[in-house]
Formats: sequence, structure tokens, C-alpha cells
Amino acid sequence: MTGRIIGITGPTVTVDLADLKLYDRLKVGHGGLQGEVVRLASDHAVVQVYEETKGLGVGEPAQPLGVPLSVRLGPGLMGQVYDGLQRPLPLMGEKFGPFIRPGCELPSLPEDSTWLFTPLKKAGDRIEAGGALGFVRENSFDHYIFAQTGGVISTIALGEINLQTPVATLEDTTLLHPAHDWPIRTPRPFRRKLPPTSPLITGQRVLDFFFPLSLGGTAIIPGGFGTGKTILEQAIAKHAAVDVVVYVGCGERGNEMAEMLEEFASLNDPWSGRPLAERTIMVANTSNMSVAAREASIYTAVSMAEYYRDMGCHVLLLADSISRWAEALREVSSALEEMPGEEGYPTYLASRLSGYFSRAGVVETINGKMGSLSMILSVSPPGGDFTEPTTQACLRASGAFYMLDTSLAHRRHFPAINWVQSYSLYAEDVDKHFSEAVSPAWATLKQKGLALLQKEEKLREVSEIVGAEELQDEDHLLLHTAGELRDRFLCQNSFSDDGFSTPEQTVRLMDLIVRQYEEATTRLAQGEELSVLLKEMQ
Amino acid sequence: MRLAEYRYSTLQGIRSQLLFVGQVEAVRMGEVVRVIAPDGHELEGEVLTVHKNDVLIQVFGECRGLDIQNTTVVFTDAIKQTPLSPTMLNRVFSGSMHPLDNKPMFVPDRWWPTGGFPLNPTLRESPREFIETGISAIDGLTTLVKGQKLPIFSCAGLPSRQMVADILKYSRTPQGNFVVIFVALGLTHHDYAFYMRTLEELNTHYVAIVNLASDSVLERLLAPRFGLTVAEYFAFQHGMDALAVVTDMTNYCDALREISSAREELPGRRGYPGYMYSDLALLFERAGRIKGRPGSVTMLPVVTMPEDDITHPIPDLTGYITEGQIVLSREMHQQGIYPPIDVLPSLSRLMQHGIGEGLTRKDHRTVANDLYRQYARGRDLRGLAAIVGREGMTETDRRILDFCDGFEKEFVHHQVGRRSVLETLDLGKELLARYTPP
Repeated sequence: MTGRIIGITGPTVTVDLADLKLYDRLKVGHGGLQGEVVRLASDHAVVQVYEETKGLGVGEPAQPLGVPLSVRLGPGLMGQVYDGLQRPLPLMGEKFGPFIRPGCELPSLPEDSTWLFTPLKKAGDRIEAGGALGFVRENSFDHYIFAQTGGVISTIALGEINLQTPVATLEDTTLLHPAHDWPIRTPRPFRRKLPPTSPLITGQRVLDFFFPLSLGGTAIIPGGFGTGKTILEQAIAKHAAVDVVVYVGCGERGNEMAEMLEEFASLNDPWSGRPLAERTIMVANTSNMSVAAREASIYTAVSMAEYYRDMGCHVLLLADSISRWAEALREVSSALEEMPGEEGYPTYLASRLSGYFSRAGVVETINGKMGSLSMILSVSPPGGDFTEPTTQACLRASGAFYMLDTSLAHRRHFPAINWVQSYSLYAEDVDKHFSEAVSPAWATLKQKGLALLQKEEKLREVSEIVGAEELQDEDHLLLHTAGELRDRFLCQNSFSDDGFSTPEQTVRLMDLIVRQYEEATTRLAQGEELSVLLKEMQ
Repeated sequence: MRLAEYRYSTLQGIRSQLLFVGQVEAVRMGEVVRVIAPDGHELEGEVLTVHKNDVLIQVFGECRGLDIQNTTVVFTDAIKQTPLSPTMLNRVFSGSMHPLDNKPMFVPDRWWPTGGFPLNPTLRESPREFIETGISAIDGLTTLVKGQKLPIFSCAGLPSRQMVADILKYSRTPQGNFVVIFVALGLTHHDYAFYMRTLEELNTHYVAIVNLASDSVLERLLAPRFGLTVAEYFAFQHGMDALAVVTDMTNYCDALREISSAREELPGRRGYPGYMYSDLALLFERAGRIKGRPGSVTMLPVVTMPEDDITHPIPDLTGYITEGQIVLSREMHQQGIYPPIDVLPSLSRLMQHGIGEGLTRKDHRTVANDLYRQYARGRDLRGLAAIVGREGMTETDRRILDFCDGFEKEFVHHQVGRRSVLETLDLGKELLARYTPP
């Protein structure tokens, strides 16, 4: 069944096909551009095309594929760089040259590579859908192969397999393949969700200590341009204590992406000492690539992340930036002539976003393992105005809020996280864990640190009015300590060795600063000179 | 491929620069059309949307004089392409790529699609190496790097025109193989004459594409695309370092808004269309380098901030796409400092890759950091000095204040001509030494 194109408006194409399903994939035009059905009528369908429609002609063919937009999941994902439609970018470059032209397509996984398969089941065993048949070694960890349908196994492979041959057959002759397609907009199933309690260590002192994230938690990083969102996201991608990182460059700069790819190829994971590329999947849909594919990119990424979560991994999904996704949603919506909500965004922006955030969490997988999917998403509010719809919708759905401050960034204080406005709803649970596992003084030190910073803020206001000379000696001491706290603790240069700090190092540094301050306060009370004390503290 | 051109006289409506044509067969999206007016003059246009046999066309040019009965539309079956040839160097073209310098049109060596294609991020070479602009505040503190896009945020009434001219005149790379692509959008005749004089005096290779204020608004959207295709051609076909200077992007965005509202699209912030970010990204992201190939495209767009407001959608979206910004300040201009660059909010995100040993000089980073830090402290102290007075301040603070003045008057300000980056660094060091207590 092939149809014809009857209309084209920007990225949306009308075809004269009727018996399609909503969100089914299509190929349109002689070039075979990829698209997705977004609207159906009795005699035509509207298709959102993921590639440039320039040159597409009315009357050209439209070929339905009968499946929704999907990602291919199987061994070989790790270390890959994909675009928003899961096309392998390095291979595309080799095959088609440096520029991405419409209609180029290649398989997402290396279909001919071989893997060493260790079965966990044997012939005659019963398996449920989603159960693990066995595993292959992918870099440093076990990549489980899941059964797509349940039943009784009649044959199962052993040793070398590739992606094209079935890995097992069921008694009802169903073939089970090592790789499968998953519709990106459907969350992958699990047995149950568990409350998030253990910390996700990011290696960033200000986050881990003051605003900790938990495994399975969600955080947003909003900030105007130049506040260091991307650098922070990349630093977390490099240093986070997780098994798998999925990084989405969603509508951001190409040069930044290139730099990150270069860096990731050369750096090691600080926890395992193995190359970062071995635990990272990148989705790069830069701002000049297709807008509709940008909208799909975050779903492509989360599906891959859920797939590794189902193997019992702790997965961190980083997206830079979710605002670009929301803008893509707005563009697509306005091309469909939908009724706009606030600032032109479609009214379903908030529900889509909260639906997306709820794909995070700690779960018990179908195989009875514990896996988690955490998210840290950056937000780029226009004009740095946090009242705009995307930031507000994200705020309602996320568990932690890391606000980037333009004035801190101007002072070259990085990461420019505002310690007054930021918060984490996971702090209570996670602090308990830190107090037990790292240092019993964790919670007290945190209180003292925050109190110091708050007092400093008040003192600065006072000193601006009366002048610094009028302040008491203990105030000078406090200002000095707070300065130390800012420069040595809160600031962290992600381009140096200091870019990464373990919780032990973090708490030791905080302890040092607080102890110095307390000792100095006592000695000051005993009548020692301020200038002597300040000199000693330096 | 059609064997003949199709001609239609089935116009159904005209609305500003949009034509509605009915009963059209087999038309392509983005197809170039020629519109022949009743009096015989021709306009160019492009297919915007198609629904069944009805086609919407946008016309590059003034639709005055067109009518429904006698206007003919010719469909050419081609997508907008840019004619390219090495002989384009040192020539001036209009926003539709017609020669403006009274010389005949060149013979194209090849045609490339004007819209360009996205560069595969895995084949991007991350920007390295440095471009000397000859302006100390840029070269020293917000260094421009090959493959970067770095906008100049100006305000109405500031000498951005003079600055663009200086950058055109003084920019060069250590390697030499350099070409500037000058794209002017919505230029007044007064400015046009000024820039033409500048171009005549230029020692480097250039290609100029000029859209005048009186020219078509749609052409204003096309001109930077032509310019960038030309830049890509010289960069990736001929291995040159191309610097595209585009002035003024505010006119581009206003043209985008005008066209968007003519198409009855939903307006976003301040009436600019919701896709402005993506549209600007399609232009700015064409800056870059390709792995394993010589040549680079660097972009230096000028944005005049409406009402001096950096949070206005145009500078805001630009800042989100570009890799830093150079901000001009009205206050410094009033103090007679030229170029009036405020280095505090200015930033080049890729600077660290373009400076240091082998590129500029080993101590570039330290000098730049020291200058920035001292100047930032000085500016803070100025606020204090205004309250307590200079006399109420310590000796050290007074020195920093003096440094602050010296930095603006001697380093940021250019009495005459260009400074090489080494002269800039020497000057910076000398200033630091002069005002640092022994």
C-alpha cells in the first residue's frame, strides 16, 4: 500500500492514505524521508517529517512502515553517538560525508558484529516477556538479552551470536532476537517503583553537600546564557558515580558537542578508571539539525536509558537543554495549527514534561533486579526569566532545583549555583545515608555551612551601608570564612583536577573550613588580634 | 525532472509578498519560481506551501504592479542555489547575488544549495587557532577562534559601523589564506557609501553581499544564506579561513517577523516567530571546521540591541546560540573610548583553545585573567568611590582605580590603527606592572 503526497507545509506533509495508525512511521518522497503520523482524517493523514522537506514534490510516494517511531535496543549501543532518530553519526560521516543530507539512513546497531552469549536459561525453561535469556559482555559489564515474548524455550544459543540470527526459539516457534525495536514514547515496563533513598554522587561539592540528588531522582538546572549550564552538565556526565550515562545534546551548539566528543574519547571514569566512552551513549541533535528530530531526541535517549536500567544498572540521563525540546514541540504544534497556550507553547507542554520526568525512578525490574534512572535536565529560560512556561512546568515536576545565577557567573564563580534559591527535595533521605556512610558530622556541618553563608549575605548588606570599617572583628572573621567557603568549597574549576571531589574529600574540606573558623572565633574572644588570626588562616 | 518549464496564469490572490496560485501540477517544496508582471518585469519567488493544486509563493521583491489576470508564474523545478566561483573574490553583490559593482556576472564554477546542510557533529573539528582582529579588547580578553561564532552586541548610536570597518580592515590569520565575507542587511545609502569606501581600501580578499534598506525584505533573509554558502565554498572547497561579518542581525530578525506575520503565523515573544531560535541556529551553526580538511567558517554578526536591552529576544536568542559575545557600552562611548567594549559582560567561550604557546603567546591566559580580575575589582570600587570619595579609600584601592582608568583609556581605547596580539599583551603587562604596588 503506497500513497501519494498531496500537500506540504514546512515540516508537515499531507498524504492521501487513510488506514494508518496514529504515530506510525512513514517514508515520504523519492528520497525516503522519515516521518510520523500525527493526525488522521477519513481520507488523508498528516505526517510530521523529521528531515528538511525542501525539494519534496506533490505526487511523490508515501510508504507506511506499520510501526511507531522506535529505537533499536541491543548490544552495541554503548559508546555510540546518535542523532535524535538514532542514526549512528560517526558511520553516517564515513558513508555520506561531513554534511547530513535528507534521506540518509544506516542501521542503528552494528548488525554484523558478533558477541559471546552466555545463556541463563536452557531448553524447556519457561520465560516471561521481558525476562533475561542470557547476557553478552559489552565493554566492562553484562548486557542482558531480554525475551520479547513469553513461552517455553525450545532452543537457545551458546557462544558467538550476531544481531541478525535469533538467540532462542520458543515451542510455539516464535523466534527471539538479541536486538529489538521499542516505541520511544512508551515507557518500558517494570515490576514496581521504589522510593529513592541512596545518593547520586555528582562529584560537584555544592550539589553533593548542599543539594544532593538521589539515584532515581530528577533535577533541573535553569540559567540564562553564559551561566555555565553546559559545562556543569558535562562535568556531571564525566564524574557522576553511575553505571551508564546517556547524554542528549538537544538543540544546542555543534562546536560544544564536538569538544565533548573529543574529551570523552580521551578521559576515564574516575570511579572505575575505564574510558568514559565505555559507559556513555550520546544523542547529538544540534540546533541546526531537524527540529522534529529534536523533539524525538529526548524520547530516543530515555528509551535507551530505561533499557540499561532494566539490566539493573544505575543510569543517569542528562539533557541539554529541555527548553530547546519545548521549543521544538511549539514549532511542531504551530505547524499543526493547534490552539496555543501560554507564550505560544501547546497546552499539553506541562503534561508531556511531567510524563517525561516520571520515566525516572528506582525500580524493581521484571527480572527482580534493582535499577535506577535519574535525570538532570538543563533549562534555558528566555531572557533569564524563570516565570516562563517551560521553567515553571519543569519546577513542578522535578525533585531538585539547581538555579544558576547570572551575577555569580559574571564574577566567574563556577558552578554558578545560587545557594539561597536552589533546593533538593531528596536532601533529608540522602543526608541520612551520607551521615551513616561518610561522616556522622555531615548534617551538622551542612547546617553550619549554610548558616555561615546566610549570615554573610546579611553582613554584606550592612557593610554596604555603613562601610566595611564599621564592622566588628567577629564579622570580619565571618566574612573572611565565607569568602573561603565560596572560593575553595563552592567554586570548582571543572577544567582542573579539582573538577571532581568524592564525598569524603568534600566533607573533609568543609570540616576544615568550619573548624578553622570556630577556633579563630574562640581565640578572638580570648583577646587575640584579628590581623594575626586572618594571617594564620591564609 | 520536468522536460519543460511550466507556466501558469492562474493567480488567485496576492497578499503583501505572498501569491496564491491555483491548479498547479506536481510542484516541489522550495521550488524557485519566476513571476512575470503585466509590464514584463520579472521577480523571483519560492514555493512556501502546497496543498493539492493550490500553491503559496513568497516573492523576493516588491509585488507592486502585479495583478490577478495578467501575471504569469513560471515554475523552474529547481531549489534555490548559490552560484560560486573563485572569481567572486573582491566583488560586491546584491541580496539576490546580482553584481552591484558594474562588472558582468561571473561564470559559476559550481552551484550549492543556499540553505546548506547541517554538519555532522562527529565530524566537526572543535575550534582551535586564533584570528587576529587588531582590536586589543577582543584579541586580548575575548579572543576570536577559527570556527567560532561571536556576536557584537551594540546599541543604537554606538560606533558599531566604524568597528565593523576596522575588523574588515585589520583582521588576519597567521597562516594568511584569509577571506572576509561581508554581509550587510538593511543598509542605508549613507552606510553603503561608507562600507564601499572601506572595501576599496581592503588588503585582504573579500566578497560583499549587500541588501539595502530599500531592497526587498525577503532578500534580507536570503542574503546571509548566500554569504554563508560563499564562506563554506571558500573554506571547504578552497581551504581558506573565511570570516563572515554580518551586520545587522536585528534587521534580519525584523524581516523574519514581518514575513511571519504576513504568513499569519502565531507570534511568539514581542511578535517574533516561535521558530526564530531554530532559524538563527541554521545560520550561526554554519560556522565551524571539518575534521581532516583545511579551512574554517567564522562568524561575527552584529546585533543592535533594541532599547539597549540584552534580554530582548534578538540578543537573547543570539546569545544562546553563539559562543560568547562582545558587548558595547554606551557609557564608555560617552567617555570617548573607542571601540567602547565593556569587557566585563563580554566573553569568548572558545578562547582557551585559541591562545597560549604556539598560537599567541605562553602568558596570554595569565595576562588576560589578571587584567580581567583587576578591572572587575576596579569597577566594583568605582561604585564605592562614588559614595565615600577617593580620599576615603586605601592606597591599594586607589591604585586599582587608577588601573581601571588606564585600562580603559590605553588598552580598550585605540588611538590609531590596529595592534598585533603581541603588542596587546605587552601593553596589558605594562599596565599591570605600572599600577601594581611594588
